[in-house]
Amino acid sequence: MNIVILGAGQVGASVAEALASEANDITVVDQNREALAAVADRLDVRTLAGNAAYPSVLKEAGIGDADMLIAVTQSDQTNLVACKIARNLFSVTTRIARLRSPDFLNDDLLSNENFAVDYAICPEQEITEYIVKLIQFPEALQVLEFACGVVTLVGVRANPGGLLVGKPIRAMRDHLPAQVDARIAAIFREHQAVEPDGDTVIEPGDEVFLLAATSHIKTVLRELRRMQEPVRRVMIAGGGNIGSRVAAALGKKYDVKLIERDRAKAEIVANRLPDTLVLHGEATDENLLAQENIDEVDMFLALTNDDEDNIMSASLAKRLGCGRVLALINRRAYADMVQGGPIDIGLSPAQVSIGTLLTHVRRGDVAKVHSLRRGATEALELVAHGDRATSKVVGRRIDELPHIKGAHIAAIVRRGPEPEMVKHGNFVIDEYVEHVIMAHHDVVIESDDHVIVFCTRKRQVGEIERLFQVSAGYI
Amino acid sequence: MLGRLLPVFHVLGGMLMFFSITYLMPIAASLITGDGTWDDFVDAMAITFGFGVALWGVTQRHKRELKARDGFLLVTFAWILMAAIATLPLMLAIDGLSFTDAFFETMSGLSTTGATVLTGLENLPPAINLWRHELNWLGGMGIIVLAVAILPLLGVGGMQLYKAETTGVNKESKLTARIGDTAKALWATYFFITVACILSLKVVGMNWLDAICHAFAAMGLGGFSTYDASVGHFDSPAIEFVLIVFMMLAALNFATHFLAWRQGSLRVYWHDMEVRGVFTLVGGSTLICSVYLWWQGTYPDFLTCLRHAAFNLVSIATDCGFASQDYDKWPIFVPLWMLFLSCITASSGSTGGGIKMIRTLILARQAQVELKRLIHPQVVAPVRVGETVVSQQIAGAVLGFIFLYILTVGELTFFLLASGLDFTSSITAIVACINNAGPGLNVVGPAQNYQSLTDFQTWVCSAAMLIGRLEVMTVFVLITPAFWKK
Repeated sequence: MNIVILGAGQVGASVAEALASEANDITVVDQNREALAAVADRLDVRTLAGNAAYPSVLKEAGIGDADMLIAVTQSDQTNLVACKIARNLFSVTTRIARLRSPDFLNDDLLSNENFAVDYAICPEQEITEYIVKLIQFPEALQVLEFACGVVTLVGVRANPGGLLVGKPIRAMRDHLPAQVDARIAAIFREHQAVEPDGDTVIEPGDEVFLLAATSHIKTVLRELRRMQEPVRRVMIAGGGNIGSRVAAALGKKYDVKLIERDRAKAEIVANRLPDTLVLHGEATDENLLAQENIDEVDMFLALTNDDEDNIMSASLAKRLGCGRVLALINRRAYADMVQGGPIDIGLSPAQVSIGTLLTHVRRGDVAKVHSLRRGATEALELVAHGDRATSKVVGRRIDELPHIKGAHIAAIVRRGPEPEMVKHGNFVIDEYVEHVIMAHHDVVIESDDHVIVFCTRKRQVGEIERLFQVSAGYI
Repeated sequence: MLGRLLPVFHVLGGMLMFFSITYLMPIAASLITGDGTWDDFVDAMAITFGFGVALWGVTQRHKRELKARDGFLLVTFAWILMAAIATLPLMLAIDGLSFTDAFFETMSGLSTTGATVLTGLENLPPAINLWRHELNWLGGMGIIVLAVAILPLLGVGGMQLYKAETTGVNKESKLTARIGDTAKALWATYFFITVACILSLKVVGMNWLDAICHAFAAMGLGGFSTYDASVGHFDSPAIEFVLIVFMMLAALNFATHFLAWRQGSLRVYWHDMEVRGVFTLVGGSTLICSVYLWWQGTYPDFLTCLRHAAFNLVSIATDCGFASQDYDKWPIFVPLWMLFLSCITASSGSTGGGIKMIRTLILARQAQVELKRLIHPQVVAPVRVGETVVSQQIAGAVLGFIFLYILTVGELTFFLLASGLDFTSSITAIVACINNAGPGLNVVGPAQNYQSLTDFQTWVCSAAMLIGRLEVMTVFVLITPAFWKK
């Protein structure tokens, strides 16, 4: 596929990286030559310096032959204009724009007659939602949703208090209530993936990824950890785009303190967030942290733009007695290094945020792509279509599918055949309900099933996608 | 200095010509009622107009665009000059009225204070009473705002004048793009609510003259009455209720009324923090004071306590100044609390006086922020009133205002004490005058009036009314040396 990416910042570079490995022809456009040089050094892509909103620049970038435009510059305006130009002057089929301001998220405004944006993404918003979920599940290292929230995948570090720890996985069935089913989808031991089967014994310290219906998650988590007190007090370092969004999302429900080093920025944040206590100072200043009772804080979030600062302030917060710390870390090497050490969760923003974008890029019916452990493993949600004749998966039992090394199906989400009575507050409404079916070897895949697949080797992603593609005969 | 003054006098001349029109209403009233004072008003009108024309003509050569600081000069002079010239009909029609007392009366009218030095109000010619009440009404929304609305003001940037005369902290905000249209919108809103008030009062039993006079006094939050016993004369719960409603309306920002009318929605009131503040404060205080009066046995039953506490408290708290009872006889807690409320209750952009609710809210928030800073020394906390963030500059200006206000109250009280007045009368007279509320306590209490004061004391009170109506700063900027430097 021919893809033009506008913007060589963090988002643009991560997208380019993810796509370059999948046999795409990529051109990256940015005004900043240094950023372009950094991308060109690392990846096999073409780069072009220039203003991405100019038709001449886009033309030079080869947009005339492009199948897809991914406009992820810092500027909403540039991204909008580029999408408009791409459609009206160059008839590019798919146009994705990064839009930070929610003001632009208006279907009419983004329709083909107007700005012609097919998919709008907002990486900051996705990171915010991701972090907020982590706060709701304080035990988790990662919380990911599939099938519009019906299924949740939680990554946790097993600790000796969990019921299942020290036992083989098949023992889980013994203490789960009858109606609750869960699946252990992946285990990482000392940074290495362990292929889980019924006999695998979970050891303390393992990073375990559990898949279950969203409503059962809290019950299932007890298998691996002692339950923690819900988070109430949160401290955020950095009042930038992500920090202030997280503070706004936590709002009144949590007791939020936010530390920002820049006075003017601190004032802007304070003006915008009435429910947040904004402090001016360095998050790496132990006196400030101590004075603000860091030892009483349940969760510390280091969300500045600076990896080193985030690592230092989060480590410091942990040492001063904070319950749980999270640091935003752009460099994957750093993230791997610190997670499990002083820092409980090292979060790579690019891996979180480009998931949605990648679902638009991938072929076949990919509904969701999540990266686990900062890209070491991918969890894909694919939609199966067709019948036994046209599809390679529909109508087959899971053990009949071709074996792809490093990949396995974890669960299936299927819409019930009949509407069921569902209670919404005081009303009872007939509607179709999504059922979660854990993948046992004899489950037969049906058309329109959402299939959740784990893939520990990135190279296999393309193969899995091809498996789910419908052959030409299918209309 | 003369170079500074002459262009201001030129506009002032125009303003006086405009002011002479306002005599038409009492002339009409005089002709209808046949009280025989119409020729006094015609004389006064001729003198005012002639003086205006002369001032305008003489200074014609000095006509120029006014500068920002000229606005303060013009507004202060205009208020003094208009109060002075409005004494003409009073002095012509009432025998033996001194200029000191007449000036007090007109200043009290224009500044919407409602304190009076006259007795036997019910025996005054109807036209004279109407004239006093018309001054209340004109002063309420501001005679200069009216001039800005109606005249494309004499070739002057109206914003400076508007800023110098209107009340509140955010004087830059306009309802419409042009200041003239904003002034028109405010006056139109004011006019229509006044008409509603006149009709309501007529329905509950007043005659036309009383209805018009009391509606003028209620909407301007002036508080003049056509009877010595004020609203107590009617002894009618219905009239008191109607007046409470309209006094409360007048104590809110007219810009809010205008927006509510234009958007056709009451939600505007809910989102206005001042509205909430006024209602909470007045409602809570009324309840507490009525329970207190009942407990003290001032009136035999609770409903009577509630009725009298509600009317007199609303009247004083909103800086109107009607009285239905001699509340000077009540346990001292209640009247002093009412006078305290008069300092802080009225909204900015209302026709009431005092510190204004918005400043109270800003200072309360500022105090909260300071307390928070003691606990979290590095906190960055904006001063927030409702959803809006108040800039440090405005918070500072409010602090400066409050300091000057309190200083003025203190100084003027000492003037009265030095002149031999007792303490309660002195401080309550100054508080009532600077807040444009009206009656104080003791010798200036609701059952008495300001007649017993000496000439010196009367002038001090007149000054307090002017300073209060123009919100301290407009007047005080004139006595700073920097103002007069080139």
